[in-house]
Amino acid sequence: MSQLLQYIFSGITFGSIYAVVAIGFNVIYSTTGILNFAQGEFVMLGGMTAVTFSRFMPLPLAIVAAVLVVALCACVLEILLFRRLRSHTVLHLIIITIGLSIVIQEAALHIWDEKVCSLPYFTGNECSSLKIFGAAISPQVLWVLGTVGIAVALLYAFLKYTLTGRAMRACSSNPDAAMLAGINIANMRTLAFGLSGALGALAGCVVSPISMTQYDMGAGLAIKGFAAAILGGLGNPLAAVAGGLLVGLVEAFSVMSGLPSAYKDAAAFTILLAVLFVRPHGLFGVKGAESVREC
Amino acid sequence: MPVLFLAVLLVGVQLAATASGRAYYLTQLIMAAYYSIVVLGLCLVMGYCGQVSMGHGAFFAIGGYTSAILTTTNIAAARDSAWGHALQKAGILFSWQDPYGSQVLAVSPGAAFAAALLLTLVVALLIGYPALRLKGHYLAMATLGFGLIVYRLLLGSSFTGAADGINGVPGWALTSHLTLTSSNTYRVGNYYFAWGVTLVILTLLLNLVHSRVGRALRSIHDGELAANAMGINTAGFKLQAFVISALLAAAAGSFFTHYTGGIGPSEAGAMKSVRYLVLVAAGGMGNLWGGLIVSAILTFLSLRGCFGTYDHAVFGVILIAIISLAPEGPLKPIGLWIRGAFRALIPSRRSCHGAV
Amino acid sequence: MVLFEAENIRQCFGGLVALDKVTFEVRTGQIKAIIGPNGAGKTTLFNIISGIFRPDEGCLRFDGAPIDGLKPYQVARLGISRTFQNLSLFLRMTVLENVMIGRHCRTRKGMIASALRLPGQWKEEKAIRQNALAHLSELGLADVADRPASSLSFGQRRMVELARALATEPRLLLLDEPASGLNTKETDDLARRIQKIRDTGVTILLVEHDMSLVMDISDDILVLHYGTPIAEGPPSRVRNDPEVVKVYLGGEDVNA
Repeated sequence: MSQLLQYIFSGITFGSIYAVVAIGFNVIYSTTGILNFAQGEFVMLGGMTAVTFSRFMPLPLAIVAAVLVVALCACVLEILLFRRLRSHTVLHLIIITIGLSIVIQEAALHIWDEKVCSLPYFTGNECSSLKIFGAAISPQVLWVLGTVGIAVALLYAFLKYTLTGRAMRACSSNPDAAMLAGINIANMRTLAFGLSGALGALAGCVVSPISMTQYDMGAGLAIKGFAAAILGGLGNPLAAVAGGLLVGLVEAFSVMSGLPSAYKDAAAFTILLAVLFVRPHGLFGVKGAESVREC
Repeated sequence: MPVLFLAVLLVGVQLAATASGRAYYLTQLIMAAYYSIVVLGLCLVMGYCGQVSMGHGAFFAIGGYTSAILTTTNIAAARDSAWGHALQKAGILFSWQDPYGSQVLAVSPGAAFAAALLLTLVVALLIGYPALRLKGHYLAMATLGFGLIVYRLLLGSSFTGAADGINGVPGWALTSHLTLTSSNTYRVGNYYFAWGVTLVILTLLLNLVHSRVGRALRSIHDGELAANAMGINTAGFKLQAFVISALLAAAAGSFFTHYTGGIGPSEAGAMKSVRYLVLVAAGGMGNLWGGLIVSAILTFLSLRGCFGTYDHAVFGVILIAIISLAPEGPLKPIGLWIRGAFRALIPSRRSCHGAV
Repeated sequence: MVLFEAENIRQCFGGLVALDKVTFEVRTGQIKAIIGPNGAGKTTLFNIISGIFRPDEGCLRFDGAPIDGLKPYQVARLGISRTFQNLSLFLRMTVLENVMIGRHCRTRKGMIASALRLPGQWKEEKAIRQNALAHLSELGLADVADRPASSLSFGQRRMVELARALATEPRLLLLDEPASGLNTKETDDLARRIQKIRDTGVTILLVEHDMSLVMDISDDILVLHYGTPIAEGPPSRVRNDPEVVKVYLGGEDVNA
């Protein structure tokens, strides 16, 4: 039983990271219609930058600085690349994010090498563990779940209750009407990128002690995050959380049931394909609300 | 005919390389040819049909690995079993001596090639049929996911050599004078074979796109609903184009593996797949010639190490630049720019015929 | 002789009933018009007939055989072709190529014959080209054949789309608001053109708002209102039907 719990916690932990990536996808997708392939890189950059900062700053400050830096970079990227490109089709913009993800990855490789690095555990060290219902859990897991939970709640509150948040939601449902209502669409797009960057970076920092940070972790995360977003139904941030947790749990169970860990990633990718092929509007999406299929 | 011109050029390059003592350039050119075949096939799918596929590296790898595994797996121990006899009778076995001197009895390269194509056909149909019904970015993600699954499976299985891939793949003796192998004695022959195959494929594809089929493909890109209403089975055509491009990639992978003597899991990786995408885009999405030339040049430079450690980054930057500045491909704007510069420099009394 | 029949067609989108109890028939050689206020479901009906949607209820029969559930390309191959209200030309192809696409479903050469340029394919390609040119000449567009479709005016594009639909050799031609955006003279030309097409043996079903055109050339009219038929019959009868007058015509010709 405690074995099972162990796996469940592992699944939820990584699942919450996938959920954050998925939410990041959703935020940008809802506001701009772009699928940001570089989403995973924000997570990677968050972890890497925090590691560098932590060398000469106390840990909490390093994390805050890293999140801000990555958010800023995301905004800058949006301004440089996407603001000018109105006449391009959405597909073009998506291809650009593919190129972006490669360039960021390679830049990370040159700045930080292929070394695997990680932030120190926020509390305790790699040996400390708490007993929860009989399962031995690292305190970092609680940090991950807690941070992600709070971030998601704050985002939800922001989107629902603040003026800016509601403006962002307006952009996603009807850009023209939003413009007529005086909302600056361009700034909303930049804000969307910044928010996604911040969320991703935060997730990257908080999971770094457990899963290590490496220059090429972005691509796999992006795919899994996308799988989570699609599973929940694209356009629905809360459902993305459910999707993320599900993906994490499936991964954990696949290892538990004996699948060699080398294939663990393939399990998540297979979910993605299965969802896309069988039920593209996701578990919670409304059929036809999102035209995924062509005629 | 432009194809003949290219053929002549290729002969010239070979003679020049051999004469100047830089025959090793030919090796990279051979590899560039095989990669270009993948690009040509992808051009058909992406440029003509407008379907973004980010998993073609996987097909290249499937072709290469199938050839590699079948020709290196020693079944001498099963020689006397029932199916061992059956295979022998079918004439698809051959015997060769590996670098360590032991005799290996394995499937012959020709049969392995056929098996590679067959496997690719099945996989392409299985993936293509559901995937091609998805819209743009979902299709891209699905193909990327497919590519990554294949990559992970290849990387994680000891059966496929895990991270080291498969080495020591025997040469494929096509005729008494031509063997696909990395040995230098056959290099020139391999060069002509590789580029010969590429030119043949180019010609076939050029014929295809200038025909009723090519028009149908382009109509799918321009307006799938209207194409359907005009009696074109768009789903069927998309699938056909996808399968053809997958088979081309697999064939290229197979030839490549025999030539270089090995294959690794990185061939299926996202980086390689995206690189094919970049080459198609840089050649001008629907432009077969553009795709071939850009692919040959950039791949050659990349293989020669001209981009150093920034190899992947260069392709990423090229992709961003091309799509931002000239999404339909850079050749047209470059051509227009050249023409504009020409006109500015050389005043002419010919009036503009509005050809631009 | 009945070429096409629709029986009890019902189509809902979410909670909205777009079409209900739509029943009508089209006889061979007829020009039949479907009229009704905007939102009456006319284009939806066309989309159902051409196979883009499958009706929630009801059935369609072409030449006696049921066609509901067929995909659009299968419907086209059977001989039902259409034009689109908002035009659906292939803008990156030339005018001639657009019309040549229309020949696709009547020609056969496949991938292998095309890739190898077999002599049969060569001949077929020439025939396609000639046929397409002939259709363009009929409509007076032969001189713009090699221009990209995107460079044409709206009226010309309208004609190209018509040529493309005719190139499929349809037995039933669906015209979706062919006169929208045309002035009186152009509408008149269009009326003659449609009659000429009918005289070559093509049955015509058209959706139109322009009453003068409809009353001029239709043999039979179906009037839809909020997705249900409220009148059906020859122009003289429909024009005076009190229900139709109240709902749509508002007295004398609105579009005079």
